[in-house]
Amino acid sequence: MTTSDAGALSIPHGTSARDTPTYLGIAKTVRSWALTTDHKRIGVLYLFTTVFALFLGGLFALILRIEHLTPTRTIVDAYTYDRLFTMHGIVMVWLFMIPSIPAAFGNFLVPIMIGAKDVAFPRLNLLSYYIYVTGSIWVLVALWMGGCDTGWTFYTPYSAHSPSAVVPTVLGIFVLGWSTIATGVNFIVTIHTMRARGMGWFRMPLFVWSMYGVSVIQVLATPVLAISVSIVGLDHWLDWGLFDPSRGGDPVLYQHLFWFYSHPAVYIMILPAMGVISEVVPTFSHHAPASYDAIAYSTLGIAFVGFLTWGHHMFVAGISLFDAAAFGVLSMLVAIFSAIKVFTWVLTMRGGSIVLRTPLIYFFAFLFLFVFGGMTGVAVATQSLDVHWHDTYFVVAHFHFIMVGGTLTAWLAALHYWFPKMTGRMYPEGWGIASAVLVLVGFVMTFFPQFLLGNAGMPRRYYNYDPRFQPLMVISTVGSWLLGLAMVVTLSYLVVSLFVGKRAGDNPWDSRSYEWYTASPPPTHNFTSEPAFVLGPYDYASPFPGLPRAGVDADAPEAPPPPRRS
Amino acid sequence: MDESVAESFESLDKQAHAVRLGMWVFLASEILFFSGLFALYAAYRTEHPGGFAIGVENNTIVHGSINTAVLLTSSYTVALAVHELRRGRSRRAVTLLAVTLALGACFLGIKAAEYAEHFTRGIYPGGHGRFFDTHAQAGTKMFFTLYFCMTGLHAVHVMVGMIVLAVLLGRVGRGRVVAASSYALAAGAIYWHFVDLVWIFLWPLFYLVPGSGR
Amino acid sequence: MNWLRLLLYLPPEGSTYAAGIDRLHFAVIGTTLLGATFVFLLAVYFLLRHPRRVEGELTQPLRTPWPVELLVVVGLQTAFLAFWVVGAIQYDHVMTPPRDGLRVYVTAKQWMWKFGYPGGHSSIDVLTVPAGRNIVLVMTSRDVIHSFYVPAFRLKQDVVPGRYQTAWFRSDLPGTYDLECAEFCGTGHSTMLGKVRVLPAADYARWLEGAPTLPAADAPGADGDLVASGRDVAVRRGCLQCHSLDGQAGVGPSWARLYRSSVALAGGRSVVADEAYLTRSMMEPQADVVDGYRAVMPTYRGVLAQPEVAALVEFIEALGSAPLSPSVTLPRVVPEEEGRPQEPKP
Repeated sequence: MTTSDAGALSIPHGTSARDTPTYLGIAKTVRSWALTTDHKRIGVLYLFTTVFALFLGGLFALILRIEHLTPTRTIVDAYTYDRLFTMHGIVMVWLFMIPSIPAAFGNFLVPIMIGAKDVAFPRLNLLSYYIYVTGSIWVLVALWMGGCDTGWTFYTPYSAHSPSAVVPTVLGIFVLGWSTIATGVNFIVTIHTMRARGMGWFRMPLFVWSMYGVSVIQVLATPVLAISVSIVGLDHWLDWGLFDPSRGGDPVLYQHLFWFYSHPAVYIMILPAMGVISEVVPTFSHHAPASYDAIAYSTLGIAFVGFLTWGHHMFVAGISLFDAAAFGVLSMLVAIFSAIKVFTWVLTMRGGSIVLRTPLIYFFAFLFLFVFGGMTGVAVATQSLDVHWHDTYFVVAHFHFIMVGGTLTAWLAALHYWFPKMTGRMYPEGWGIASAVLVLVGFVMTFFPQFLLGNAGMPRRYYNYDPRFQPLMVISTVGSWLLGLAMVVTLSYLVVSLFVGKRAGDNPWDSRSYEWYTASPPPTHNFTSEPAFVLGPYDYASPFPGLPRAGVDADAPEAPPPPRRS
Repeated sequence: MDESVAESFESLDKQAHAVRLGMWVFLASEILFFSGLFALYAAYRTEHPGGFAIGVENNTIVHGSINTAVLLTSSYTVALAVHELRRGRSRRAVTLLAVTLALGACFLGIKAAEYAEHFTRGIYPGGHGRFFDTHAQAGTKMFFTLYFCMTGLHAVHVMVGMIVLAVLLGRVGRGRVVAASSYALAAGAIYWHFVDLVWIFLWPLFYLVPGSGR
Repeated sequence: MNWLRLLLYLPPEGSTYAAGIDRLHFAVIGTTLLGATFVFLLAVYFLLRHPRRVEGELTQPLRTPWPVELLVVVGLQTAFLAFWVVGAIQYDHVMTPPRDGLRVYVTAKQWMWKFGYPGGHSSIDVLTVPAGRNIVLVMTSRDVIHSFYVPAFRLKQDVVPGRYQTAWFRSDLPGTYDLECAEFCGTGHSTMLGKVRVLPAADYARWLEGAPTLPAADAPGADGDLVASGRDVAVRRGCLQCHSLDGQAGVGPSWARLYRSSVALAGGRSVVADEAYLTRSMMEPQADVVDGYRAVMPTYRGVLAQPEVAALVEFIEALGSAPLSPSVTLPRVVPEEEGRPQEPKP
């Protein structure tokens, strides 16, 4: 165990580590951040940029919800409403959700977890950040030009003739795609070639597995999106008519191409969240996962089968009965992998030594929301039920349960869990727990009524709605205010903690995972000497060996052998 | 002499492995990038066999075939360049790379001439142009739109490949890439082979096989 | 079960298949809620059962017994597959129009619904149908994708330009039901609303007599008898160069007695020549090629207007039941050796 008083930070490292500045302290100029090739700094850059995107997308969502306080016009007109929900989707999906965990936390953690100094191609990593920024700027340009009103799915032929700023939007998404692909290639190569000596595939922390799975999807699915939206852009800009039915094109073909990307993209968003949970649960349960292999293999299973289920978005688009049945059964198959993970996490707690901290609260939120959201996913994959639910608020509620209830809560768990790793400081636990509860309450209040609205037959993307839906709509809007408040509170105390947070020590959670085998925050090259991972990443049957340091035993208080649980 | 091993790697071997693997993974991504257009081609050709046949017949088979020969030869010369560099014969490698670049430029020249010819006949993407006054079939319009999309995208890849090879040529010439670090050139060569490979599929689809549509 | 339906805010069960879909709905949502609650409570139980007593205490790994793992995987997969089987059967039922349907042609455009009845009537935004009869909708869009959604029927079908989609329902419960567009189609999306009015048979007959016939040029049947105009379309568009009306095989199969017959396709499949098959064969002729014929028909997507398609379908149906009138002489073409159609000889 490390001491946690403020002065302790520089002492326990001993003479060898004392001379090694942290990745934060090594240079403080703007230039040293803008031109850094350090994966940790790039991760932090991504983190700040994606947080900005989250608040931008959240702002759109709040305006949308306020608009729905009354059945007709409240504050914006129909065209603005259409552009707002489109830009909300685009910002949240491509600017926040997809890079949020992989590009920010994955960048920061994967090299440390496998004992490498950096990713395989550090300059490509920086380039990919700037490609991301360029793509985001194009999306902002589109916003400045009035935004795009097609929905984030860009269904043709509407998107080919929409009066809004389709071209800069798809250009932005095209550019963002290459950033995602570059990050994916970098991670795959890093994980294949840069693992520390002696680290086999099945000794990697599970977060690395999820990053591997997600990278494979990113590399193989994103280019199909890039080409599909490019064609939409060309149809809109130059009137090429590749999906124009009056010129022999087929709009349903576009849907196939789009969902070939966008269904796997759902797993781009949720797999990293599962990776975070797979780290948080063992750490706070102080217990090995019920089955390491189950989590690792189900990650690969999701990555593979996730490519074969896109047709379940098209049950009412006019696909054949055979296609519908095939996509239906494959969708059921992919659900089982998620179920295996869920049971493994829960059973990990059995026989553990559990301590309830903010990340674990977020795990409980994740658990309920993700299981409920995932099971409603099984429900909407049931073909005859989807006929009723397709394109209603039920689907909106379902994927927000997965995306917000799943990914956002896991992202918040990650933010709190690795906050001491990234900054060396602690967030205030009381505030953390309070805002986690507020997130849960606000979230359920926002999205649970939407299931009922969908059941009642309220289609999504409706500007005006039937007045009998108003009570549920108002509850949902009030919930969104709570959720927004929770996010502002979280951001505020985390920013304050950056400067005045208590010093955390190197391993405040007493975790065995490999990112804790170095100082917090880590030095530029992650480890001061070749890392020796003497235990497995989830070996809670043995005491933590501590960081490699000289003469620390003399400083440390006489530590009794840790108690064992029978 | 040798390009130093990047900070993040322990050894040149590992770095070579990483660069090769990275290129292959990237090419997997590139294949799927093209596959979207190939899927469109497959679907629309199935729906409009007649229109596509007219399209194929209105492309000049000689242009496409010469370009195939040019690209295949360039693949051979770039492979030879890697071979020579591995044996330490940097000067020969530079010459062969220059030949490869010249062949790439030749390909683009023929392609440009072909586009110019299409434009003078009034064939533009999107079914625009006077050619389609007399060939009003939806399939023919679709054929030429896809023709411009796919060969255009391929031409962009040829240009990118030429830039990559030109940079490598400079590095080999200045002795920055030598036998021990020939993996860098090999990775560039793999990319160039990929560009050729795409063309091998475009050639029959747009020039050779009108199909049974008529 | 009605209380459950009200609890879940489901609209009334207006179609014959709605009740079955709702039963599956209850089963799936019940399992979902129970499953989520069970998993959550199990986690809470472990949290209470195994709190940390001493800082840094060590724990031994616990292997989950394999029967538990097996039970979870097999049990869940069985449940999911059961949902799938029931759902797929219901889906096939909903998506396959019955043989004896009363056809209505639906044209969607921003932001209205047009309905054309075989008798020549047409209406806008209000679909009037008799109770207790199967209604088959043949739908297309004139601009962007729309979606025909009647929540009370649990029925939704995208309406795609350049394609003809069929949907069907039967309502035994007279009343007026909401019709909504469910696929985003532009600024007026949320105003693209209509009604489905289900009338008792007698009322329907009365309505039919006095029904307004809108003089809309693009409504099917605006110029009177659909079967007659179907014959005109077949001549004008050159269909009869390849398809005979007397049962003889030409470049393409004959239309005589085609409607509702079972057609053997190349590749061993067979389909029933219903509205969906007929319209699809016009738009995507290569999708279902009849066995023994070559795939030479070009697509008529973007060529045939919606009323023309409606007229052709009605015409083909008429050929299916009525004996052929010998007085009709139609141009017929003997294929050349390459199988190319040639102009009819005078």
